[in-house]
Amino acid sequence: MTEVSPPKKKLVIGLFSFTCCEGCSILLTEILNDYLEAWLPLVEFRHAKALKTNNRLEGLDLAIIEGAISSVSKEEELKEIRANSKYVLAIGSCAVTGLPSASRNTFEQEGKIDDRIRDYFNRFDYAPQVKKLEDVIKVDDKVPGCPMNKDLFLAGVNKYLKICGIVE
Amino acid sequence: MHSGDITIDQITKIEGPAGLKVTVRDGQVSDLKFFIQDYRRFYTKAVQGKPAAAAPQFLSRICGTCSVSHLFASLEAVEKAMGITLSEQSRVLRRLAYDALMIRDHALHLYFFVMPDVLGIDSILDITENPEDPGHQLLHDSFDIKRLGSDISNAIIGAAIHAPLPTVGGFLKLPDPKQFPAFIERLEAIRSQVIRGIQLFYEWKQEFKRNSDYMCLRGVDRFDFINGHIITSDGLCVPETNFHEMLENVVIPYSHAEGYKLSSVHDDYLVGSLARINLNRDQLHPRTVKDISQYLKFFPSDNIYDNNLAQAIEILHCVDDAIDILKSIRIVNEKPVVATRKAGVGVGVVEAPRGILYHMAKTDENGILIDYDVIVPTAQNQINIENDLKKFFNENLYKEEKELKLAAEQIIRAYDPCMSCATNFLKIEWDKK
Repeated sequence: MTEVSPPKKKLVIGLFSFTCCEGCSILLTEILNDYLEAWLPLVEFRHAKALKTNNRLEGLDLAIIEGAISSVSKEEELKEIRANSKYVLAIGSCAVTGLPSASRNTFEQEGKIDDRIRDYFNRFDYAPQVKKLEDVIKVDDKVPGCPMNKDLFLAGVNKYLKICGIVE
Repeated sequence: MHSGDITIDQITKIEGPAGLKVTVRDGQVSDLKFFIQDYRRFYTKAVQGKPAAAAPQFLSRICGTCSVSHLFASLEAVEKAMGITLSEQSRVLRRLAYDALMIRDHALHLYFFVMPDVLGIDSILDITENPEDPGHQLLHDSFDIKRLGSDISNAIIGAAIHAPLPTVGGFLKLPDPKQFPAFIERLEAIRSQVIRGIQLFYEWKQEFKRNSDYMCLRGVDRFDFINGHIITSDGLCVPETNFHEMLENVVIPYSHAEGYKLSSVHDDYLVGSLARINLNRDQLHPRTVKDISQYLKFFPSDNIYDNNLAQAIEILHCVDDAIDILKSIRIVNEKPVVATRKAGVGVGVVEAPRGILYHMAKTDENGILIDYDVIVPTAQNQINIENDLKKFFNENLYKEEKELKLAAEQIIRAYDPCMSCATNFLKIEWDKK
């Protein structure tokens, strides 16, 4: 009788995007040209709205997050991601530093808030200040750059493949 | 018959967040809202009071995937404001970089976002490594096509996303021509893969027709994404500087982005690849035309799904145009052109992968920006998309909700919308008589 080996454990990843240009996600789709084949046996993309319709948030090993946080409702979404993921990797300048997405944080002192901007602030739930991820949740690792630095990102993914016991 | 409301919280496989809410009463669509959910960053306000020379690199950050479009439109606006005329070499290198952008960006949309619909799967992530899998070869085609677009971008402008080398007046560093023969070889090799993609989107028999008004840029003597006049299917032809007078600005209360109608007829219109192929296909590269004439004869088309086929055709055109440039260009050492004045107004209109993109820069005598305006393609298509969906739902309410949601997403996806673009600028007040 042959033994059936249990399904191999994969690193369960979620990809998330907040206020930004999504350049880091686009860079990631370029990285997939070279790495998707190698990653598919090792990684489950459980949440990736840019790539699939059926997404789940539960049981993530690693949440990879781009963008800055523009509102209280987005803060709540970010906290929910944190609660569902063992580790959080912030990618790109907006997630790591807030900028350039947080450019409006200095509008008040620069006298740039006019009626048009106030209209948007009133119609939607814009927070007074745009925040970087670390202002809202604990971040385990950061990949700076605009867009994110590719080599540091790959090193980050490899680090969590090891920490989570997927590769030696 | 479907009864009750239908909500899609977030449309997937597009650039950025957008949602849809359909209200159904007594078997009819009583209300439909397509809303763009990205929070604004007000970048056109942020650049005011800053040196114009710094604006293009900053405004590239409006959008990750079409960053090169924003960069080049902004450079053109600032250069025109400051009386700079580019060298022929800079113009040709920008054209080459633009071909590379279109190759990568269209391939991302077509293969990563739309191809799963064609294959009847959820995601490219579901394609197996079994060579018998019908998606296997196409997925590997997409890797090769996108990688080539990115590699040419890296060589000519320093990066595919937020390229550092283009600057006001030219280039900070010129490319090494030793790389060109290898690119020509790879571009030649990829043509058959690109044609396989054209056939795939031709054979995908989806149809949805409503609108027949189109707008795009038309080059003087070639299929041009960067220079030309703005034309419409109604026969209008206006210079780039008059672009925003053609439009009527519409505030959409539930969307973070504003919409546009044609001011002459107060009607919606479509921008993007379908508009370009419908109106400019006579200007496509002769080699492209020769090899895919059987697909070109289906244009002009009012089928929104043919925007996908039009993009696939544009990839081949850009491959053929890039081969021409790489074979003929001789790089000479030159510095960026210096400004002749500091105060002025300049307009840069380009065709982003998803349609007409407008940048306007106004500078003072110190070269400081005192006004800036951007109009992006997805904001222009927003009303058109909404009107398409109203028609679609009214005609198909008898179907199951799951089927309706999938088809609605496919229609939206066909436009290749970009929400990052649509929400990251602030419209200035329009003074229109």
